[in-house]
Amino acid sequence: MALSTLRERPTLELRAAAKSFGPVRALRGTDFSIVAGDVVGLVGHNGAGKSTLMNIIAGVVGRDAGDFLIGGTAIGADYSPAKALRHGVRCVFQELSLCRNLDLAENTRMLHASLRGFGWRGRAGRLIHGMLEDIFPEHGIPLRAKVEDLSLAERQMVEIARAYTDTDLPARFVILDEPTSSLGHEATAQLLRFIRRAADRGVASILISHRLDEILEVCDRVVVMVDGEVVGRREAAGLRRRDLVGMMGHIETPLAEEATRRSLGIKRIATPGTPGQELPIEASAGEVVGFAGLDGHGQRERLRMLFFAAGGEGEAAYVAGDRGAEGVFPLWSICENMTIRSIAALRDGLLISRVRERVMARDWVDRMKVKTDGIDRLLTTLSGGNQQKVLFARALATDAPIIFLDDPMRGVDVGTKQEVYRMIREEAAAGRCFVWFASEIEEMANCDTVYIFHQQRATTRLQGTEVTSARIVQASFGEDALV
Amino acid sequence: MQSHSIRQSPWLFGFIGAAVLFVATIIVSRGGGASATFHAAMAFSIFSVLVAISQMLVITSGPGNIDLSVPAVLTLCAYIGMGVMHGSNAWIPVGLLVVAAVGLLAGAFNYAAILLLRLPPIIATLASSFVFQSLAMNAGGDATIKPPSLLSAFTSLSVGPVSVLAVLVVLLTIGLAIGLKRSLFGRRLLATGQSEAAARFAGIRTRQVRLISYAGAGLFSGLAGFLLAGFTGGAALNMGDTYLMESIAVVVLGGTSVAGGQANAIGIWGSALFFNLLTIMLNSFRTPVGLRYLLTGAIIILIVTAATRPLTRT
Repeated sequence: MALSTLRERPTLELRAAAKSFGPVRALRGTDFSIVAGDVVGLVGHNGAGKSTLMNIIAGVVGRDAGDFLIGGTAIGADYSPAKALRHGVRCVFQELSLCRNLDLAENTRMLHASLRGFGWRGRAGRLIHGMLEDIFPEHGIPLRAKVEDLSLAERQMVEIARAYTDTDLPARFVILDEPTSSLGHEATAQLLRFIRRAADRGVASILISHRLDEILEVCDRVVVMVDGEVVGRREAAGLRRRDLVGMMGHIETPLAEEATRRSLGIKRIATPGTPGQELPIEASAGEVVGFAGLDGHGQRERLRMLFFAAGGEGEAAYVAGDRGAEGVFPLWSICENMTIRSIAALRDGLLISRVRERVMARDWVDRMKVKTDGIDRLLTTLSGGNQQKVLFARALATDAPIIFLDDPMRGVDVGTKQEVYRMIREEAAAGRCFVWFASEIEEMANCDTVYIFHQQRATTRLQGTEVTSARIVQASFGEDALV
Repeated sequence: MQSHSIRQSPWLFGFIGAAVLFVATIIVSRGGGASATFHAAMAFSIFSVLVAISQMLVITSGPGNIDLSVPAVLTLCAYIGMGVMHGSNAWIPVGLLVVAAVGLLAGAFNYAAILLLRLPPIIATLASSFVFQSLAMNAGGDATIKPPSLLSAFTSLSVGPVSVLAVLVVLLTIGLAIGLKRSLFGRRLLATGQSEAAARFAGIRTRQVRLISYAGAGLFSGLAGFLLAGFTGGAALNMGDTYLMESIAVVVLGGTSVAGGQANAIGIWGSALFFNLLTIMLNSFRTPVGLRYLLTGAIIILIVTAATRPLTRT
């Protein structure tokens, strides 16, 4: 590919792209195009085909049909991630692609074959550090650290910065798949500003996000997908959140307005706290308790501690947000994945009852509206959001009185979220106790009580009508301590 | 995307290979030695299957888990069993119980070393196998002790053409296959092997699961030693040697994933028969030992390559 074609606002264009996975038609003849310097938002439910579309562009998945052109060059069937890279396509995927055992410079070298010879490490280091500084000033990431020693948010920052680095292979089209789901507020704002700056330099970005406000804030155009097809292409200017949700086929329900709080039952969790330093944490039957705060202030760690302390079988169930590493059993079907937490209750004599197991799985697939053509499919063949629904069902199907939610809505679409929120409220009304860590403040609106963590300690408690985004943000910065 | 059936079918290759070898043997011997060949293969497969079950339990419990002490536990239990019984038929039940206890303890010792000393399983079980082997040498007893006559008779007892012990081990294998799929422990073992973190968050006590796997492995290795000593007329220090590589090869060829989380008990029989038929066949051709090993190795590589297709993820 000649550089001259790149200078004339090269276009990446897919026409009538189709892709099926077994009986599931992920893409049904989809058109997609993006011009250098454009920022395009891609929205849709889980399973709408966004990831498949991006995987085709990235060379991870081959298309079954359709034309693909980059800068006027026709892309053949031998397209691959390596070729995508040469065409300037870069990806930031939900499942991070950094090598955990390598440091920042080494991970950068993996993208740029030209960083070779004497002193490559220094050049690679300067490249990634410069980009990190550019996108996330004051990021505080130790530059010599190995990826495994970084927090999830820091890894995401490195992943993003790496995608935008240029050598003789320039970044032209950058795909960002839910890049902000593990970033804090500040980092998210920095990233959005950077995407605009990159666009001014001619770097196109494709942003996939369930956070519609971010899409509207940063994108020139928005593409809406439903069931493997593009149902709308709009200029972002003048578009409202409500319009997007409407196009996706959902009517956004306003957040719960229950002013009257339920009378609470038995105490399920009670920690002593430390006077003057940390509040005692309490959670009762029928209550939804939220853990909030800035990233890395110990909310998640506390959630895990409480889970393992409550531990004993039957006492507590856990919904993991880091699906790949902590939730999914990759060799198992939907059915086996869903019932693993309930097998003791599903016994008939010594053995697990096939019939009861399958009844439970089918029942919950229906209740959670999991999009699949059978409970015997491998769980990993489902889209991310549908996998998450199965993990939710795994916990809700148990008789555990306490359920811990570890940021389970990461990368889940609006419709699914509303369904799950409703289910959580129903289950709480029926006497379950939920302890919920979320990185998105909006989700805390579903909680009766919210503990805000600051510097590894629960320093603020908000209850009922006090639970507002403003109060949570204020407390996250440690300004409203020990209430 | 691959369906369940394709993903789990590689274990059939053991059975197919065994059938092919069996037919080949019949043709070469012009129908003469078919029954004798089959009997010999069955008889030796019993012990291959028992050690392979040990290895399967451990390998399935997660990536990196392996039990290199299988031969040593087998030898130790053979010596202790023979020593306890001292050739007396009346002491057989006691001998069996002692062997079971020693096997379980040896396995538990392995896992304790892994857990407490934070050793990789390959190192821990290698080290402990030296311990067990020297215990067998020093404290185990006298190598000249013959097994009780009833035990010897039982290990070669046949009803018609069918070996009773083989039937029992087949039943055990079927029981294990069902247990892996439908018992609480089976599910927890498979879950732990696939993802320890996910298993812990699903409320599974993964350490307990692994402890049981290792102890169970010791139990079956010990049982193999006890029966093998009965079958061959006594314990010997090198009696376990061939079973180290064999236990691993049989398990893997039988469809159990070395990466953990996927086990196949029935497949063990196919690959155990295959290996023993192969040995018998190569022996009957009077193949030199070196060449025999070379051929066995080449055939393992060939079959494992053919049987395990790359698993593509979507």
